[in-house]
Amino acid sequence: MPARFLRAPIAPTVSDDGLYPFVPSISLDTLWFQVAGTICNLKCTHCFISCSPSNHSHEMLTLGEVRRRLAEAIPLGVREYYFTGGEPFGNPEMLPILEETLRQGPATVLTNGMFLSPDRCRSLKRIFDASEYSLDVRVSIDGYTAEVNDAIRGAGTFEKILGGISNLAGAGLNPVVTVTEACEEAGSPAGRARFLDWMRSIGLERPRLKVLSLFRIGAEEGRLRAYESWESLRGRHLTEDESEKLQCSSCRMVTSRGVYVCPILIDEPRARMGESLAETLRPFRLEYGACFTCHEFGVTCRT
Amino acid sequence: MPDVTRLAFFGGVYSNSLALEAALTHAKRSSADGLYALGDFGGFGPHPDRVFPILLDAGVESIQGNYEESLSSGAEDCHCGYTDPRDNHFAQISYDYTARKTSSEWKRWMRTLPKTRRLEVAGRKVLLVHGSPRKINEFLWESTSPVSFLEKMLADSDADVLVCTHTGLPWTRLLPSGRRVVNAGVLGRPANDGRTNVWYARLTFGRDVSVEFVPVEYDHEELARRMREERLPGEFIETVSTGWWTTCLEILPAKERERGRY
Ligand code: SF4
Ligand code: SF4
Ligand SMILES: [Fe+2]
Repeated sequence: MPARFLRAPIAPTVSDDGLYPFVPSISLDTLWFQVAGTICNLKCTHCFISCSPSNHSHEMLTLGEVRRRLAEAIPLGVREYYFTGGEPFGNPEMLPILEETLRQGPATVLTNGMFLSPDRCRSLKRIFDASEYSLDVRVSIDGYTAEVNDAIRGAGTFEKILGGISNLAGAGLNPVVTVTEACEEAGSPAGRARFLDWMRSIGLERPRLKVLSLFRIGAEEGRLRAYESWESLRGRHLTEDESEKLQCSSCRMVTSRGVYVCPILIDEPRARMGESLAETLRPFRLEYGACFTCHEFGVTCRT
Repeated sequence: MPDVTRLAFFGGVYSNSLALEAALTHAKRSSADGLYALGDFGGFGPHPDRVFPILLDAGVESIQGNYEESLSSGAEDCHCGYTDPRDNHFAQISYDYTARKTSSEWKRWMRTLPKTRRLEVAGRKVLLVHGSPRKINEFLWESTSPVSFLEKMLADSDADVLVCTHTGLPWTRLLPSGRRVVNAGVLGRPANDGRTNVWYARLTFGRDVSVEFVPVEYDHEELARRMREERLPGEFIETVSTGWWTTCLEILPAKERERGRY
């Protein structure tokens, strides 16, 4: 599931005068799969690609499609595989997909935690144990009270997420818990420490927390409006270092509709770079407001 | 005895001069034909300046690690590549201590070291790096460095054998093409396995290349004593005394993390 790293509308910034910088394709380290398409059992108020049970703009990927992409990935030297949606565990083939992926390399699944039954968690643990590579399950939550979380993720979700987390822990998997700054507190050291304490209190002995901190101060405000025209990379020149820090210099995203530049821009027609992975390993024009956010705040969707 | 070449590779020393001495004694006794150190001489441990004379006296050939790159360029931090605030907190303590206690003469010397090194051994191209061929601080962990990724990395860098360190954990992978990757581990601190020894890697080049990870016992109690004396964090001393990592944990992939205590 797309972490809520961006919520502002991802509209291309106005001008088309060729002044936007291009990000080079340095390598293909991280291959993303929009494995559940835009289909999700939840409808979080901050979902940046508006996933819902009825959003079919990207469809689920089948095991066959993933298999074909894994084969394509071998000569390109992909290092790691990420699965998102929508809700990956809404995909009936998710377990075999992970099993097959983990024969080839490490995998991370981004989930809302709703479908993590004890049984499924035990299967995940078996898949993890059978591989020489790492498997990470990343569960999103938006606060450590039902009140705060449910306002964003929907009534009753807090309890279910907790259940999912403890099922993972019970099966011997240590999830990465992701919070966004919708849970503002987690951004400060004290808030972070409280969050870690809370994670220990729900039975995670070695709590692993990822805070997706995108916007610093005034974040809420920033997220509630569209990008303004100055918030773009127009006229900017990227240094080699800056290019390297942008995830799009080393990632691509596979959806049912083709290969996109990154996990963020899958609703942008021009961010679809082609059909085969190899042909998309070329520079990309950073013309979107979201690109400004990535650049300014060092956003990466990796763990 | 067939014609073979034995080379010893030492990962991060992290100011652990006691372990370095023990490893050198061992390597010489087992008649190593060459001694190589892969950078990160300082950090974590006490008295960084004690390491360099030992390296030079023993004729060890060295490359830079991220520590040497940072110290010799006056950087503010170690560029270790951690992403978690707690990891960074401890990394900063190590770095500030090491930067303060390393003399400018040795900092100048570090700058003269190469960042990579190529050897030709028994017809094989061997590449020595600190992190990876493309980045001095890239972490090559066993569970997140898949075969196809390594095959491409070695092909791109024209190497038959790649030797690296930086992660702190030793491992090796023989690739389907016959190429090989070796992470030599580190001499600076134990490998998060509940044992107090540290490790170095010995490669034997003959018809095949074989890899052996050599456990090195040293006076870890004396190291702990010196660290306490220098007021280094109790967390670091616990690692030296127990063999379990207490810091830099968040950077560990799931597999490697599962094997440790914390
Ligand atoms: S759980 Fe579903 S609706 Fe909520 S952010 Fe993730 S993908 Fe979007
Ligand atoms: S949104 Fe971010 S990751 Fe995607 S193309 Fe723009 S800069 Fe790159
Ligand atoms: Fe290092």
